[in-house]
Amino acid sequence: MANTDIEARKQELLNEGYEQVYTKTKVLTDTVMHYCPGCGHGTTHRLVAEVIDEMGIQDKTVGVSPVGCSVMAYNYFDVDFQEAAHGRAPALATAIKRLNPDTFVFTYQGDGDLAAIGTAETIHACNRGENITMIFVNNGIYGMTGGQMAPTTLVGMKSATTPYGRRVDLNGYPLRITELISTLPGTYYVTRQSVQTPAAVRKAKAAIRQAFENQKLKKGLSFVEILSNCNSGWKMTPVAANKWMEDNMMPNYPVGDIKVDGKLVDNVDVSRLALDHPLTVMQ
Amino acid sequence: MTEEIIIAGFGGQGVLSMGKILAYSGVMQDKEVSWMPSYGPEMRGGTANVSVIISDERISSPIINQFDTAIILNQQSLDKFEHSVKPGGLLIYDPNGITHEPTRKDINIYKIAATAKAQELGISKVFNMVVLGGFLKLKPIVDKQYIHEGLEHSLPQRHWNLIPQNEEAIEIGKSIIEPVQVL
Amino acid sequence: MARELKLMKGNEAIARAMIASGADGYFGYPITPQSEVMETLMAEKPWETTGMVVLQAESEMASINMVYGGAATGKKVATSSSSPGISLMQEGLTYLAGAEIPCLVVNVMRGGPGLGTIQPSQSDYFQSVKGGGHGDYQLYTLAPASVQEMYDFVFDAWDIAFKYRNPVLILSDGAIGQCMEKLYTRDNVARWTEEERRANAPWATWGKPATRPHNIITSLELDSARQEVFNLKLQKKYAEMKEKEVRYEMLNCEDADYIIVAYGSSSRIAMKAMQMAREKGIKVGLFRLITLFPFPSKQLAEVAKRVKGILCVEMSAGQMIEDVKLATECGVKTEHFGRFGGIIPTPGEVLEALENKIIK
Repeated sequence: MANTDIEARKQELLNEGYEQVYTKTKVLTDTVMHYCPGCGHGTTHRLVAEVIDEMGIQDKTVGVSPVGCSVMAYNYFDVDFQEAAHGRAPALATAIKRLNPDTFVFTYQGDGDLAAIGTAETIHACNRGENITMIFVNNGIYGMTGGQMAPTTLVGMKSATTPYGRRVDLNGYPLRITELISTLPGTYYVTRQSVQTPAAVRKAKAAIRQAFENQKLKKGLSFVEILSNCNSGWKMTPVAANKWMEDNMMPNYPVGDIKVDGKLVDNVDVSRLALDHPLTVMQ
Repeated sequence: MTEEIIIAGFGGQGVLSMGKILAYSGVMQDKEVSWMPSYGPEMRGGTANVSVIISDERISSPIINQFDTAIILNQQSLDKFEHSVKPGGLLIYDPNGITHEPTRKDINIYKIAATAKAQELGISKVFNMVVLGGFLKLKPIVDKQYIHEGLEHSLPQRHWNLIPQNEEAIEIGKSIIEPVQVL
Repeated sequence: MARELKLMKGNEAIARAMIASGADGYFGYPITPQSEVMETLMAEKPWETTGMVVLQAESEMASINMVYGGAATGKKVATSSSSPGISLMQEGLTYLAGAEIPCLVVNVMRGGPGLGTIQPSQSDYFQSVKGGGHGDYQLYTLAPASVQEMYDFVFDAWDIAFKYRNPVLILSDGAIGQCMEKLYTRDNVARWTEEERRANAPWATWGKPATRPHNIITSLELDSARQEVFNLKLQKKYAEMKEKEVRYEMLNCEDADYIIVAYGSSSRIAMKAMQMAREKGIKVGLFRLITLFPFPSKQLAEVAKRVKGILCVEMSAGQMIEDVKLATECGVKTEHFGRFGGIIPTPGEVLEALENKIIK
């Protein structure tokens, strides 16, 4: 629907007595997103955009998109944007920020991009304590290329390249990159959030806000992981996918703050996977 | 005038810096110069060499394999470069550690016991300047005043207090070089 | 710094020229024989004087992508490496070309393939001018043959890079990088002000003001028809470079019976060989390539019509000779002579090759 049509329809509805309760933030463009319905990317985009809007930094923000499902994030955010080669977003962001210290710089990456091909760039940007914000969407799969195994794919989890389930002896362990980078002195704020319920969305937004506020205060690197379903890749309905995520992803990737104000949160175990936790069956 | 020189010895003997001081002195005297080192993992103890060209004209190749002068500071370098001296050219060597003397009959050969002299005088640090002095005695291609400027440009300012010692070493070198074979 | 007479290494000249030409950033990773570039920058601490940012990255991949990120904000950003490191950068280079990002990359070549040797070589010609990465793209490629040119070409690189929105490659080798020669430095050019940056790079991403749409730096286009249109635009740009930005030097070509074609340090050796030949009464000229892309095809073809033979001298198994033959349409006897794997040919060998392969 063209923008003028949208505007006309809105007027019609208001004339019919409907009340406007929600407005899309101006930091998102009107481009129709290509994400699958029910995917966490759309919500996460909106949260990042709302934070940029609320902080009044639209004219100072440069985003970096990855290779993966969010490769064309630049079409959806109405801020200056760079599209990086696969895994290299933290390197781009490093230079953008160092050469333009007054800008707000964020990367937006998936698990394959950030935790497989871009592991070195991720770890070193974190370890240098670059004053940037990294948004990491973890859905345990390579969504864009058709659902292959990702570094974060759970043991036993099926994917296009682990059709009988991920095997430790064959594929190694899931990589908890978020816990890993939390141990680096350069990271200031490390958290894992999710966007499958209104309550989770509110917490995720607060975390993203915190990450951008830290950048404003030049605190170093803030890292926000967002757990998301990949209902297409997991071959489930969105509702079932969210349930499966809660039941299976969350025991291995527990939601909550891992490092706050440069200090590891008490009682957070950064090393142990819930390998004894049986997966529920993927249909 | 074009003078093509190879200086060769052990890493740590000041081979590269001798070449640099000579080259910088050439620059100060408005000559064309090039300084081309062997580079790589040779630090102290390995072999090191540098080709220096000083000329009145634009230098074509900084990479050469025939030399007007070879300044040789160890046996390996003598073995390697004796045959690279142009017929009628000059070979200067320090007899310290030399077991096989040069054998060429078609070149001028001088020796300079710089290692021994520098040890005797307790000036081992400027051993390479003693050698340079010997060379300049035979081939005064750069003037004394420009050597001074070359030293200033080659040494960090905190070492400028050592310039007089370097210049003395050059004079000592001039006085101790002796002919072995003159055509 | 004002105009001063110095003696310095080619690698140091690159570093000093970056500072003097108003570069905003340098990102690099150590590799022999070019480590002096970053070492010089770190010792000079330009962040305290001009404000230039210098950072040692975790890899060449990170370096080239930092160049991407920084240069895409409309700033003058550079990196340098040597052959194996440049191979690692090929992904970044094709993205830079595809996103039309002006920047400077310096390759101080060493012998390959693989880890190879740390000694000088010129075996990255194909990689440099035939597209080392994927896709139809070109890097504007300058081949300095002296320490002075190492310095001067950095200044020239920024002009070309921003004029055409294209990466520029300075293709040097270990011999020029490690050699010390006389050098006249230039007056410092100030780094661009914010206004200059915005005027010179209106396409760049520095934070979208309300007055313009958001700028996007990308090389992705899922619509093939649009991707073809974009590729045609790139080709038009490369054609314009071929028309306007070709550089070369001719020495003694007017009366020459034979010419040597060479670039970089090989051209210096060839120059000596040419002098030796002239002393023997053989009329030899030197056609020195300064730009490898765009290749001076027309100019070389003109000269080729007047000579009896061409010797291509390159420290490789014979790469540049392909472009020489294409330029001259094989209209004259053309042979390659080169040493490789880190061995530098001597002027005597070049002369011998000329006599045996071309004159005989």
